[in-house]
Parts: sequence; C-alpha cells; structure tokens
Amino acid sequence: MSVTREKPVVSKILQKNMLELLSNGIRIDKRKLDEYRKISYQVGIIEKADGSALLSLGETMVLVGVKVELGQPFEDTPDQGVLVVNAELLPLASQTFEPGPPDERAIALARYVDRSIRESNTVDLKSLTIVQGKICYVVYVDVYVLDYGGNLVDASVLAAVKALENTKIKKYELDENGKIMKTEKVESLKLNDFPVSITFGIINNKYFVDPSLEEEQACDTFLTFTYTKSGNICAVMKNEQGLIAPAQVIEMMELGWKKAKEISSLMLGGQKGND
Amino acid sequence: MSLKKQLINEQGIRTDGRGIDDLRPIKITLGYLAHANGSVLYEQGKNKILAAVFGPSEVHPKHAELPDRAILRVRYRMAPFSTEERKSPAPTRREIELSMVIRNALESVVLTELFPRTAIDIFIEVLQADAGTRVAGVTAAALALADAGIPMKGITAGCAVGKVDGKIVCDLNDIEDKEGEADMPIVYIPTLGKISLLQMDGLMTQEEFKQALSKAINSAMKVYQLQVNALKTKYIKVER
Repeated sequence: MSVTREKPVVSKILQKNMLELLSNGIRIDKRKLDEYRKISYQVGIIEKADGSALLSLGETMVLVGVKVELGQPFEDTPDQGVLVVNAELLPLASQTFEPGPPDERAIALARYVDRSIRESNTVDLKSLTIVQGKICYVVYVDVYVLDYGGNLVDASVLAAVKALENTKIKKYELDENGKIMKTEKVESLKLNDFPVSITFGIINNKYFVDPSLEEEQACDTFLTFTYTKSGNICAVMKNEQGLIAPAQVIEMMELGWKKAKEISSLMLGGQKGND
Repeated sequence: MSLKKQLINEQGIRTDGRGIDDLRPIKITLGYLAHANGSVLYEQGKNKILAAVFGPSEVHPKHAELPDRAILRVRYRMAPFSTEERKSPAPTRREIELSMVIRNALESVVLTELFPRTAIDIFIEVLQADAGTRVAGVTAAALALADAGIPMKGITAGCAVGKVDGKIVCDLNDIEDKEGEADMPIVYIPTLGKISLLQMDGLMTQEEFKQALSKAINSAMKVYQLQVNALKTKYIKVER
C-alpha cells in the first residue's frame, strides 16, 4: 500500500526567495534554469564487479556495480539474455532513507533505470544467448545511492550506462559433450546506445533542470525524459504529486533534448567527465 | 522482425475492429459494493477494475497521521487470475510502483486539507487485465472517490495511447501493448487542463510524442464525459 509521506518542511522565506529568483531566471545556487551541476565519474573502481561506475552529480553520488552470471532466458524471449536492475537507497545517503528492503521510491527508481536501458535497446540482449531457450547471460545492474543531493534519476541512469560500458563478460562456451564451460576469454559487453535522462523540477509552473536537494524539497512535481543517441524518447516519468500543463510538457521535451546532447558529448570518452 | 503480426490493416482497422482513435467500450457501475463508502466497477473492453474508497477515517497507527491534511493510502493490485498466465498473489515491484504512481496522481486533486488527521483508503483491484489498467485504475478511483462524496478539485480521467505498427493509436488493448512499439499512460484533469500522471516506455520520436500527448488528452476528454454522465445519472436517481 502506498501511503502519503510527510513533505519536508521548507521555510516560507526560502520558498518565496526561490520563486522570486526563478521568475528572474536564476536559482538559489546561482545556476541558470537549464544548467546542470558538475558531473564527474570514475569507472572500474570495484575490481570484483564485472563493471562499475561511481558518478557524482553535484552533491549526489551513485555507485553502480554490474555482475554478469549464467541463468535462464525468459520463456517469451528464448533468444535473449536477461537484464535485471535493482536500486538501493542506502540509509547512509540521507536521513530520510530507512534500512530494509527497497521501498516504493527505490523500486520506482530501479524500474525507471531499467526502462531507460531496456527500451533504448542499450544492452544488446540478443548477443547474450548461449543456448537458445536454455542458458544465457544475466546482467545484474545494482544501483547504490551513496549520497542523496537531489536528482537521483539522472545520476542513476548515467552511472548505470557508464558501468555497463565498463562491463567485461567472462565467456562461457559449450564443450564437445554439450557441457557449459568457463573459458579464459573476456569480452566487453556489447552496447547499442547511450541513453541520457533529463529531469525537470517544477515549482508554481516554473521548470528547471537537475533539481538540487533543496530545490527538490520545494518542488511540486518532477518530469523526466530519457533520450536515445538519435533523439528518440525511450522513457518518460512524472514523479510526485503536482500537476503539469500539456504545453509545458512539450517545452520540457524540447529543452531536454538540447541538454541530453550536451551531457552525452560530455560523457562520451574520457575517464573523468568534466573534472 | 519478419514474423511480427500485423496489428493495423490497410484500412486502419485494429485487431478488435476499432479505428486508431477509438476507445474500447466503457461501462461504469457506481456503488457496486454494499459496504465501501464509495465504489465502482469500471469496465473498459476486457479490463474489469473494481475500485473502493473508505474514509476519511481515524488513522492507525496514530503516528502516520498528518496534522494539516488527510493521508491517502492507495493499493493497486492485480488478481492472480486476471492475466493470461497466473500472477503470483505476492505484491510485485510493478504493483508497488503503480500504487505510488496512482497515489501521486490522486493527491493532486483530492482536497486532503479538509480532513486533517484522517486517512482515505483507496483500493484498486484489477479483476481482469487487458492493458491500460493503471489509467483505468485512476479513472475508477476518481469515480469511487466522487461516489464516497470526497471533495476533489477535479475528476481524473485516464487513457493510454501508444505506438503500434508505426502509428499513434488510442487505448491499446493487450496484444497492442505487448507487440506495440510504445505505451504512454496519461491521466488528465479536464476541469484544470493539467496532467497528473504521465509515463512512457518504448521508442517514439519527439514528433510522435507530441502527437501522442494530444491524442491522449482527447481520449481522456471522452473518458471524462462518460464519468460525468455516470455520476449524474446515479445522483439524479437518488434525488427522486
């Protein structure tokens, strides 16, 4: 059962200040309405994982580890490998996160990261079959939120894709008796796309990208778009309670694509982002 | 994919005989349950969704109550027999996400500040699922809330649109949802002209997204007319 959560208390003065600034096109941390916080990342920092990425977006920090194991394909997709995305909002990331199994926020986050990767066909699932209908590789993507400074969605999608890019698969093959054997071969996971998600915070019909924690607490609602490299939209999610006018949805979609292009050129190549 | 079934023929007719902008037949039975404060059986094509509302009532445990408004407690659940293959009765990640998404869609319209320190319970049971159940669930929940006499800023009307065989079509059925290229559930509040739920998964160009959004709003307006008619009909009867 999903139950109303208590809204964080945001002081009236701060809210008023924020709104006044927004109507002049500035934000409380002096960013422009369409300006992201600094993004930096490191890949491969967890040696025992098959792929990993630690990504910071302003004060938000997300670690994604990828493990590839053997498993069974789903019955309705016998010719494809399996992708599993899980997210944990660790209690050390924020006082508002509680220990225990993933709650609805964590589940919604994991499912959005999953949709962004799956619908853009980023992981080439067809290349992960070993024996059709019987054995395939299962790619586990675990999103670990280490520090919650607002905009978990964009940080998680980026970190997940960076970790997948970093993933090496230990190859299994069938021997002459049809038995599955681990080989010495290691291959990079084959990726087809580079999805980028762009999140907007909305307060009193004013929207801006990449809400910080302070801004998130004052926001009425959020809208996220995920774009493929070619500019298609592969996932959309509205989060929290407020309302959005349809015309603004279209404006955000168009601005979002502009930002997605900027971020993906920033993220392609290089090991350290704009650090 | 060469083996893919054709879902829309040359004349623009879909597998169930509808045109691309047509909704499935909708049937609304208000007050379906005897004991809930408000209830509805909402049928849209093969979808059969039962929604019920209890409250506003006292909150247990006490610490969950809020001093300035009512809390909403929403459960969206699919019956084990509602789908082609049996669904385990344990709550799935999908059901947990959708319960939250539906609660968010309703929180923006229910005037919770009128009932501080209380809880309003909304239960959505999908008895038979045939695509578009989350938006049908929100549509049904709004009817059950109105039936329970809970004040709202407006009525939430939901409809899914999607991309099937390269075309933007309204109110996907099960095969179109499974085989189609994209699915976009929307909940719209006609009296406010605003969107309270928006999701999409699949692949769409930005132009298609624009087209889908406007088709979704048109479809939601049709659903809204039916909601209003159903509510009026029931209360005209009560008056007599």
